[in-house]
Amino acid sequence: MSNPTNLKYTKEHEWVSVEGDVATIGITAYAAEKLGDVVFVDLPKVGSATTYMKICGEIESTKSVGELYAPLDGEVVEINSGVIDAPETVNSDPFGAGWLIKVRFTDLPTLMTAQEYDALTGEA
Amino acid sequence: MPVRYTSDLAEHDAVRTNAGLFDISHMAEIFVSGPNSASFLDYCLVIKSSAISVGKAKYALICNEQGGIIDDLIVYRLAEEEFLVIANAGNRHQVVAALNQRANDFGFSGVEDKSDDFALLAVQGPTATVKLQTIVDVDLSTLPYYSIDRGVIDGVAGYLCRTGYTGEDGFEVLVPSSSAIQIFNALINAGITPCGLAARDTLRLEAGMPLYGHELNLNINPYQAGFGKVVKLDREEDFVGKKALLELSAQEANPVLVGLVGEGKRAARAEYKVLNGDTEIGEITSGALSPTLGYPVAMAYVDRALSEVGSKVDVDIRGNRLTMTVVKLPFYKRSK
Repeated sequence: MSNPTNLKYTKEHEWVSVEGDVATIGITAYAAEKLGDVVFVDLPKVGSATTYMKICGEIESTKSVGELYAPLDGEVVEINSGVIDAPETVNSDPFGAGWLIKVRFTDLPTLMTAQEYDALTGEA
Repeated sequence: MPVRYTSDLAEHDAVRTNAGLFDISHMAEIFVSGPNSASFLDYCLVIKSSAISVGKAKYALICNEQGGIIDDLIVYRLAEEEFLVIANAGNRHQVVAALNQRANDFGFSGVEDKSDDFALLAVQGPTATVKLQTIVDVDLSTLPYYSIDRGVIDGVAGYLCRTGYTGEDGFEVLVPSSSAIQIFNALINAGITPCGLAARDTLRLEAGMPLYGHELNLNINPYQAGFGKVVKLDREEDFVGKKALLELSAQEANPVLVGLVGEGKRAARAEYKVLNGDTEIGEITSGALSPTLGYPVAMAYVDRALSEVGSKVDVDIRGNRLTMTVVKLPFYKRSK
């Protein structure tokens, strides 16, 4: 699956979609596929603070545990209750309905472009 | 064998509700044949192989002199003086070395590792037998659980073993390596879903079956692992580990293997610590969110004081505590 060019990425396989001062964050299709079927998602509480590249959640498959790294400093303003009820959405629509959290931020760190992320994951 | 072909859960579900196919050709096939092969195996293993009828199979352990488990095996009696021993791939060389050493001590010379000559394909699930039947010449309904027969599979001569590692009915099909791809494809064409290692692991866990390297190792004895009844001590002949196992059988095993279940969706996984209050009393050896049952299940070695069914323990899941309850294994049992 190709990585949408309108998103930013981290080396820990999160994607970030920026709208005003709110970033929507999820994990990439690459990460979801590596994990396997996602069966449990543990997300931070609304109102909690995130710190750049610190773990703020967990995504578990039958086989393993993936960590959600915060791509930026900020405050969680919304979590996707849809993926808590239906974790498999992370696999079926990682860049869409499978989003995980929304974070309000003041400064946006430098994140990877789709092209750079493609190079990291070996996708052309 | 890949971790998955498509989806762990879909493959797991295929085996529980329909039929799944596992390429387990990596497993070891060791033939023990010739005069005294039965008494030789009696000396090598904790079971009495000479009591197995021709065409039947038995679960076995091969132990060292200290009673530690070198591997778990299935022993099939192919003929009066011919046995097939299936060992784990990772223990192939240890098992072959132990058998060869024991053959030397016993004065026996019929051990042959033919693992490279054979492919082993497991067909498991409630419809597995019906689907496998479409490409074999023998009447599979005449083969009871834990038995083996020669047969022709898609035109290829091989063996059909009614055994498995999923908790479902099914067969393990042994064919020459050269026919592996042909038979694998024939089974897929018969409507059987190819399944990977991830599904195999969650299936065997639900069925309460041990995995060497997790529930079993050289430092674990059969009494700790719940396999006391597998060990046949009440026989006259000597066997490797007998002295140690006699002593161990008279003691209270500790720690012991238990099944644990919890609530919620968060899995207690291998190597997580088991706690009673703040005291560490054991360790998880295998664990997952059970795909069939929908709650976390795990196997663990725990202090025997907390091993009774109904005992409550805590598991440290990456800093969070999950309370789990000791239950009788298996977690899942198919309806007959």
